[in-house]
Amino acid sequence: MSVILVLLPLISSIICGLLNKHLTHKAASQIACSFIIISAMLAMDIFVSYCLGKGHDSTVLLAEWFYINGFVVNWVIHVDQLTAAMFMIVTLVSAVVHIYSIGYMHDDENLPRFMSYLSLFTFCMLMLVASDNFIQLFFGWEGVGLCSYLLIGFWYSKPAPCAASVKAFVVNRVGDCAFILGIISIIYYCGSVNFKDVFSHADTLSAINVLDLRFSALDLICLLLFIGAMGKSAQIGLHVWLPDAMEGPTPVSALIHAATMVTAGVFLVVRCSFLFDNSPVILQFIACVGAVTCLFAATIALMQDDIKKIIAYSTCSQLGYMFIACGVSAYEAAIFHLVTHAFFKAMLFLCAGSVIHATHEQDIRKLGGLRKTMPYTYLFFWIGSLAIIGIFPFAGYYSKDLILDSAFASRVFVGDSVFIFGVIAAFFTACYSVKIIVLVFHGESRLSDHDMSHAHESPMVMLAPLSLLALGALCSGAYGHYFLHIGSNAGYFGASIVDNVQHAHAEALYIQFLPLCIGLLGMFFMFVVLGRSYREAAELNWIQRLVKQKYYFDEIYDMTVVKGVHLLSIASAYIDKQIIDRYGPGAAVDSVTQLSAITRKVQNGYIFSYALCIMLGIITIMSVLLVQYINQT
Amino acid sequence: MKVLTVLNMTEIGLHNFLILAAFVFSIGAAGIFLNRNNIIVILMSIELMMLAVNINFVAFSSYLHNLTGQIFSLIILTIAAAETAIGLAILVVYFKNRRSILVEDINQLQG
Amino acid sequence: MTLFFYIFASLIVLGSIGVVASRNSVHSVLWLIFVFCNASGLFILLGAEFLAMTLVIVYVGAVAVLFLFVVMMLGNRFLGIQGILSSTRHLIIAGLILGVLLFDLVLVILAGADSDIIGFGFANTNTSITNTHAIGAVLYTDFMLPFQLSGIVLFVAMIGCIVLTLDNKVTRKRQKPQDQLSRSKESGMDLVQAPLNEGIDGIKYD
Repeated sequence: MSVILVLLPLISSIICGLLNKHLTHKAASQIACSFIIISAMLAMDIFVSYCLGKGHDSTVLLAEWFYINGFVVNWVIHVDQLTAAMFMIVTLVSAVVHIYSIGYMHDDENLPRFMSYLSLFTFCMLMLVASDNFIQLFFGWEGVGLCSYLLIGFWYSKPAPCAASVKAFVVNRVGDCAFILGIISIIYYCGSVNFKDVFSHADTLSAINVLDLRFSALDLICLLLFIGAMGKSAQIGLHVWLPDAMEGPTPVSALIHAATMVTAGVFLVVRCSFLFDNSPVILQFIACVGAVTCLFAATIALMQDDIKKIIAYSTCSQLGYMFIACGVSAYEAAIFHLVTHAFFKAMLFLCAGSVIHATHEQDIRKLGGLRKTMPYTYLFFWIGSLAIIGIFPFAGYYSKDLILDSAFASRVFVGDSVFIFGVIAAFFTACYSVKIIVLVFHGESRLSDHDMSHAHESPMVMLAPLSLLALGALCSGAYGHYFLHIGSNAGYFGASIVDNVQHAHAEALYIQFLPLCIGLLGMFFMFVVLGRSYREAAELNWIQRLVKQKYYFDEIYDMTVVKGVHLLSIASAYIDKQIIDRYGPGAAVDSVTQLSAITRKVQNGYIFSYALCIMLGIITIMSVLLVQYINQT
Repeated sequence: MKVLTVLNMTEIGLHNFLILAAFVFSIGAAGIFLNRNNIIVILMSIELMMLAVNINFVAFSSYLHNLTGQIFSLIILTIAAAETAIGLAILVVYFKNRRSILVEDINQLQG
Repeated sequence: MTLFFYIFASLIVLGSIGVVASRNSVHSVLWLIFVFCNASGLFILLGAEFLAMTLVIVYVGAVAVLFLFVVMMLGNRFLGIQGILSSTRHLIIAGLILGVLLFDLVLVILAGADSDIIGFGFANTNTSITNTHAIGAVLYTDFMLPFQLSGIVLFVAMIGCIVLTLDNKVTRKRQKPQDQLSRSKESGMDLVQAPLNEGIDGIKYD
């Protein structure tokens, strides 16, 4: 059953992709949506069976792949609790997005291609989560990167999406480079890439020291894997692709950059929790990176004007939360937050998509007063925002609370500072979420009258999936906390994640309620600041400008990395052409040409020189014969 | 020694004629690439070489008491005349086309 | 005998140097004639008088004259006036080659020298017939084939020369013998009364 689940999106992708021009929109969307809905139902089935405790782990061999002298890698569908949770979230959000894009991409003539790419992406993500070895995971990793490239650059006739897709792919590649090095070091130290073998070697690996430094082999592997995860999950340093990825259609942003692809990094760390847990240095590093990203992205989101970019930075910030959880060894909290985040972030994106679809405007300074024209969207937006801020009883409250709790109570060295970062970021989260709501939906409309009259509520095909996500945003937190007992000893995840014996919980009540209070405080603060009317600041001071320009990350990268690589490539081209080529094969060619030019001059056309040569030949032969004759006698 | 006796210049022997023919042949051969005037001198040098060969043949025929040498010399004479005629005809046609028979102007066949 | 041989030999060598070294092409031809005459004398010394005369008649009388015709036809300004002394490099190279060649040849000759062959010999063993008679006795019998072939070669050479130099494009008036022979009084003459100071119009020439 898991095999059908994974392969159905692939089949639908192939059908929609190959018969791209021959299918009507209706046929393509019916095929794609029906397949993905079947996958979603199968995934729900597996998940529910795990929830009820009746699930059992299974490993299905799809095909053999590598067999090199004892090094065995196979195509496998491996299902356990972690995989079931990921299956559920991936197929569900993917189904929602498929149905939503029937409405959103209604006018686009390339709808079958879009559906094909979405299904291909779903297939790659499912292969990623269902693998039991690093190489199949890497296949899924690369596959989702490829689909991200294809989908961001979907409208390839415009230059901005093309540049954004290339940027996403290249920045991902930097992370992938580290990932590959990590896999190589795994192969070097363990001799195998199957999870079972690698995880059982975790203890021995931490004992080996790399190059006699105080850095064990396990630390090296974990560091490299985490850098790969940083690239995929847009942590600070490799985050520059995520805002630009908003050039793609909104369903793409919802699926890939909210719910699934960017969470692949978190999934990797959690899957390898057996490795990471034995490497305290790297865990601290992860926590620090997560905390910094969390705060940094939240501050940038506060100053952005594009609705999708705000939500993108919000994603970046929430991913920081997940990595904080991983860094303090609270892996279950990380996955819990991943699931809830998938629900409410996808919903936020799809609501933004509704707004964009209705008004064709993305800048929140130009929007306003849509509360009355789009009530359902307004409602769903509120549900999502409350969930992300972490208000009881929405989903975010439980998951975010669990993370901050674990951070405060953990025995890790950086736990306290990470907690403070998380709390400040929660404040900013509340601020920018309310900012969007107030500026887009409240107040007077700043749209032109023409646009305002055309603004309408989204059709049912776009609203119905949103309601499903709203259900998830409402209930998944509570469900996870009360029914699945995530975060306690006999929790849902069982043996799939490393068993952290000490599930630390903060005792003090104020710590448990601090995020909630901070969130409420942020909301009120923002309401007061923004007031009823909105005035745009006349001139920004230097802090505001710094934040608004995304801390000049893009500019710094452009000046250093991009120009550096450009110079390097120019230098390499020069060396290759002028030095290696000229003195290598070029020299051979030139020497032959010159030699022949010299030798050519023998044939100078003058008769007497030819006659001279004849004479010389005769004389030479005669002399040789003469000498021989004299020697004989 | 035999060589010393033949180096005696008072008696004429076969070798005298042969050495003479060698001289004329060498001078004719040198004339082919020594001249920088024109092609006709080349043709004349070829005639000199053939003369040297003729002297050789006739000398041998005298000393070996065999008339074959002279007959062959006669044939050579004939052929030389024919060859000169054709060579000069070619030269004339060449001159008509190129307007020059200087040796240094004949350099078309170069690489 | 010895004296005559040395006179003729030295004059031949001198003349051949003159052929090669002359700056004027006409001089070269004249030196060539000189060489041939002396060679003819040498042949007479060897008892081959038929060949000597043939040398004079054919070479001097035909070939050298042909050379002279062509030299005269081409004119002075096309013939070049550089002598052998004008380029020392050429001279050195030629001298080297000459030297080596001579050395080799002389060496060969001396190596095969046989002191038995001293003194003059004559071709005919039978001294009662002339050289011409002897050649004739052999030429048309034993050497019939080369004789006929040389005739064919001459014929081919003649055709070759004509083919090479025949120029059909040149518009020259050519004689048509049959037209000339078939002229009659009616076609060859017109009796016209020519008016004074006016001339005759419409005269056709063909």
